[in-house]
Amino acid sequence: MEGLNYIGAGLIVIGAGIGIGRIGGQAMEAIARQPEASGKIQTAMLIAAALIEGIGFAALFAA
Amino acid sequence: MEKLIEQFSLGLFVWQLVLFVGLVFLLKKFAWGPILNSVNEREEGIKNALDEAENARKEMQNLTADNERILKEARAERDLLLKEAREMKEGMIADAKEEAKMQATKVIEQAQATIHAEKQAAISEIKNQVAELSLSIAEKVVRGELSDKAKQTKLVEDMLKEVTL
Amino acid sequence: MHRINLVKLLTLLLLTVTISVKAQHDTHNEAPVENAHSGKDLKTEIKEYINHHLLDSYDFSLFSYTNDAGEHKYVGAPLPVILWDGGLQVFSSSKFHHGETVAEAGGNFYKVYHNKIYKTDAEGTISYDEAHHPTNAKPLDFSITKNVAVIFLVGLLMFFIFSRMAKSYKKNNLMPTGFGRMLEPIIMYIRDDIAIPNIGKKNYKKYMNYLLTVFFFVWIINLLGLTPLGVNVTNNITVTLALAIITYLLTTFTANKNYWKHIFWMPDVPVLMKIILAPIELLGTFIKPFALMIRLYANITAGHIVLMSIIGLMFIFKSWIGSPLSFGLAFGLALLELLVAALQAYIFTMLSALYFGMAVEEHDDHH
Repeated sequence: MEGLNYIGAGLIVIGAGIGIGRIGGQAMEAIARQPEASGKIQTAMLIAAALIEGIGFAALFAA
Repeated sequence: MEKLIEQFSLGLFVWQLVLFVGLVFLLKKFAWGPILNSVNEREEGIKNALDEAENARKEMQNLTADNERILKEARAERDLLLKEAREMKEGMIADAKEEAKMQATKVIEQAQATIHAEKQAAISEIKNQVAELSLSIAEKVVRGELSDKAKQTKLVEDMLKEVTL
Repeated sequence: MHRINLVKLLTLLLLTVTISVKAQHDTHNEAPVENAHSGKDLKTEIKEYINHHLLDSYDFSLFSYTNDAGEHKYVGAPLPVILWDGGLQVFSSSKFHHGETVAEAGGNFYKVYHNKIYKTDAEGTISYDEAHHPTNAKPLDFSITKNVAVIFLVGLLMFFIFSRMAKSYKKNNLMPTGFGRMLEPIIMYIRDDIAIPNIGKKNYKKYMNYLLTVFFFVWIINLLGLTPLGVNVTNNITVTLALAIITYLLTTFTANKNYWKHIFWMPDVPVLMKIILAPIELLGTFIKPFALMIRLYANITAGHIVLMSIIGLMFIFKSWIGSPLSFGLAFGLALLELLVAALQAYIFTMLSALYFGMAVEEHDDHH
């Protein structure tokens, strides 16, 4: 049964990875569209990425 | 999670809290406070300098505007003065001309009057002389005529003939 | 001038990373030799080494090796052990001989087991319960461990750098000199791009001391973690917990009425929602610093584990293709870790500022 733990954690990490990837990609797009707002976008991106990352780590430690 | 709890150590926790809080207060007093104050002061100084420069620029603008205004006024005044002077000059010339004209007329009139008077005098003189001359001629003629009787009679007759009644 | 300083710093950092990788490489060179003695296989050896590196320790050892005579030698310095066990006990950690022997102090005997000090008898017997947890008494342990020493040294370093920087402002007509020129933009960045936008112009000043200290503290310690000194402070949950607790306490004790109102009685929502939201919001206040703690800890720990594992792969592959490959990977990863070191410090500061901003927010109209 212990294996399931790791599979679950892996799934969550994949999810988190996709999430952070999307955040990064969208932020890039947003910056390309509005380069003058790049500072604000970067901040928002980092915060959002950090929050998702937190979930990922929580999963890792729970496993 | 269990591993995390196992890793927790009270000693390290207390040390970290004490050292970190101590560090915050030390740095507040000796580093962040003075640094942030200095930066603020500097920013304030830069802002003030910019404001001052702006003010100076405005004042400068005002000054140039003033200068321009004064120059304009001076120019206007000069124009006015010149105009007045010109007018005065023209007036004077006109006056002088008139005076001269008047004087001239007067002189001419006087001259004419004098000439007229002289002429009158000359005429009256001539008249007198003519009268004297005629008188003397008449005397001489009368004398010559009156010396002959026939002739006297003839004259009277002629004269009578001329008179038609 | 700025650019030259930056280039110098980057070069220095690169050098440090390279040396770090090389030094860890050196340490691992001993693994096969040890192998012969202990009979453990290489994989377990590397695993244990990594696990050992991640733990705090009672002495400041850079690396250990076994000499030709078969003796186990450690390079490093012992640190003072301070215990409270019915009275203050202070002795040098060299008495433990790196956990190999029992230390005697004031008539009591102590032994290090799994990086914790237990009270034992003269032979160092440790009794276990069913779950293999030691049942021996644990004295209150306030030892200057490796982490405490590093924290202390970093504190001194920061005090030295920043108080000198503060003085240079006075001397040089409100302009910093030397190294301060490079640090000033960072301080300005924290003020103008982290504190002011998140907390607001009115309240940011009282948090600046904490934000600046925490940023530089975490950053410097993260960077030191990448050096071959074996420093691993921010990948100790205790340290990040202490930092997160300070953030939590600051948030809680500087919060205004509006903050509490948003937690316990959220405005502009139906009463039922208010009742449901209150415990969630209250839980949220604990989760926020908890996430802060886990994030910093996990990022740095994960970085160290992955980096050291990849370096360890060199000794497992032992082939002309594997070693350069894992060296290249480790080098690239070390560069990434440099970024992560700064990024985590930034995120910790940023999120702390965000929480402070929530605590002192004035207007009622949003949400």
